[in-house]
Amino acid sequence: MSTQLIGNPAEGDDTDRRSFLAGLLAAGSATVGILLAVPLARFTLHPLLARTTEKSWSDVGNVAEFQNIDSPAKKLITIEQRDGWRKIVLEKPVYVSKDTQGQLIVLSAVCTHLGCSVPWVEKENKFICPCHLGMFAADGKLIGGPPPRSMDRLETKVEGGILKTQYQFFRQLVRDKEELA
Amino acid sequence: MIKASSKSAFRAWLDRRTGLDSLLHHALDEPIPGGAKLAYVFGSGLLFLFLSQIVTGVFLAMYYVPSADHAHTTVAYITKEVTGGSFLRSIHAYGSSAIIIVLLLHLIQTFFYGSYKGRRELVWLAGCVLLALMLGMAFTGYLLPWDQKAYFATTIGTNILSEVPWIGNGIKRLLRGGTEMGTLTLSRFFVLHVFLIPACIFAFVAVHVYAFRKAGAAGPPKKSPISPKLPAEPFYPKQLVMDMGFAMLIIVALGLCAYFWPSELGPRADPSDTQFLPRPEWYYIPVFQYLKYWHGSTSLIGILIIPAILGLLLIALPFYDRSLERRPWKRPISVGVFTAVFVSLGALGFVSHRQDMHNPGVAAQLQRQRNDAAQFMQAKFEPELSGASLATKSTSAANTPVEQGAAIFERETCNACHGDRGAGTAAAPKLIGVGKKYDAVKIESLLRKPNDKMTAGGMPAVDLKGNEMKALIAYLQSL
Repeated sequence: MSTQLIGNPAEGDDTDRRSFLAGLLAAGSATVGILLAVPLARFTLHPLLARTTEKSWSDVGNVAEFQNIDSPAKKLITIEQRDGWRKIVLEKPVYVSKDTQGQLIVLSAVCTHLGCSVPWVEKENKFICPCHLGMFAADGKLIGGPPPRSMDRLETKVEGGILKTQYQFFRQLVRDKEELA
Repeated sequence: MIKASSKSAFRAWLDRRTGLDSLLHHALDEPIPGGAKLAYVFGSGLLFLFLSQIVTGVFLAMYYVPSADHAHTTVAYITKEVTGGSFLRSIHAYGSSAIIIVLLLHLIQTFFYGSYKGRRELVWLAGCVLLALMLGMAFTGYLLPWDQKAYFATTIGTNILSEVPWIGNGIKRLLRGGTEMGTLTLSRFFVLHVFLIPACIFAFVAVHVYAFRKAGAAGPPKKSPISPKLPAEPFYPKQLVMDMGFAMLIIVALGLCAYFWPSELGPRADPSDTQFLPRPEWYYIPVFQYLKYWHGSTSLIGILIIPAILGLLLIALPFYDRSLERRPWKRPISVGVFTAVFVSLGALGFVSHRQDMHNPGVAAQLQRQRNDAAQFMQAKFEPELSGASLATKSTSAANTPVEQGAAIFERETCNACHGDRGAGTAAAPKLIGVGKKYDAVKIESLLRKPNDKMTAGGMPAVDLKGNEMKALIAYLQSL
């Protein structure tokens, strides 16, 4: 194969000049390419970087109906979630229970281990996760099994006799409660 | 032989496996008779723009949904919420205009240089097909945002097909996926825009470039197109630098326009709007104006016969213009007709603009539409409430009494004490099997007036209207 150029006989100097120019063009194109890739990368990463779910208060129920519970009561609360360009309204299970001082608390039913839904088992008098048998007391305190921490308490407030809570998602498998955006 | 020292071992290995060096050599050392010229940059500029449209288009498709229900919301989401979305969409939208501009420049250059002459019929034919395909891309892409102007411009654009005798209506219905514009129209335009037309463009670009390389570059107009005697210069480096410079110019211009004057999205298409004045994109304005002059019995001549003749004249050019004379001043007839058609198109565009400006009603309506679009752009993005959401399921919309009853059971928070699906909790007994224990009348009386034991356990009286009470009882009996 010949490197000789059509109509332009190759000489030593010329070959050097051409490969220098090739390097320059390659470097220039690479720079421009990377610059152009920046908006594309930002565009693609948008859902990962933008906070889409806003926290809002959901009604759990009348405070009165929880006053004389002696075991956790499961309630389905309605939350509004952003899913990209759409808004979805869905139900999430929470447990209304009492802490050691007898104050009403609201627990997320999501297991802190791997995210299964934890049911209250009446005859055992504790929460038992069906997936890996994580166990929690009525106030959500970790009793045994693989979960790294107790059940997650949700923020609550009482307004006009209505118990309200702020539904949130927390990171699984970590010792300390860590909110997910 | 290529000196081994000047090549890395890896490159040598790669070349033995792929023949990359000879390919590169073939691409870069293409001889250009008479040397590199700025006049030759348009072809590669088009290729670059097409590439940019593919890249931006693929990324836009990451968020876009081609359905009449969601298309507008998703484009609004891209424009208003997604990081860099407005910029990317503007690059894509302005890119289509840039393609039309560079395409016209490419056509004009080829025509005035007489570069279609001398064994270059296939290059020309493939080029004509590519022109039509690109106009098709612009037409189909315009509908996708499903805003007012997209909807109405496409309604008119597809209605023009009805003028074609015998088959016109059939083609229109095929394109629309029905007699009217709708979600099927959008799906079809999406498939054309994203799959079918691009596939054809790839194929015809290959034919165009292959046939061009086979015939060779024609060189300056004063030379014979078949065996140019001028000393040739290789494509690399000078022409490549010019081509890349032009590509840079295009991307910088597009970037600046997209950044400072982002492409607008109008309000969602409202087919019931009777005021809206549709205006196509600038490159279709001359055709839009031209169509105004033809109605009644002559419309067939104006809308079908004249464009068909002009189209045929353009396509068949290298077949009837066989002389090897390329200098424009020596070909007064073809150059004259070509120039006249272009000037007429420009004049039609100008007249259209003038008429719109001078008719106060039209000018006011167009201004209103611009204001509506600007106002829509200012408004915050409104996410669409999903149809699968709970909020859209009201108790009255539930199908069966049992389903309605289940909703009431939750709404009245019966499940707080009696558990989900009446499974029972510590606070109250389970309700499963209650239908076997009591009949509907007994259940209703217990609900309306709980007995002493129930009241002591915290059971409140349930006061519901007839239908709701029936539904709740039906649900309880189903447990």
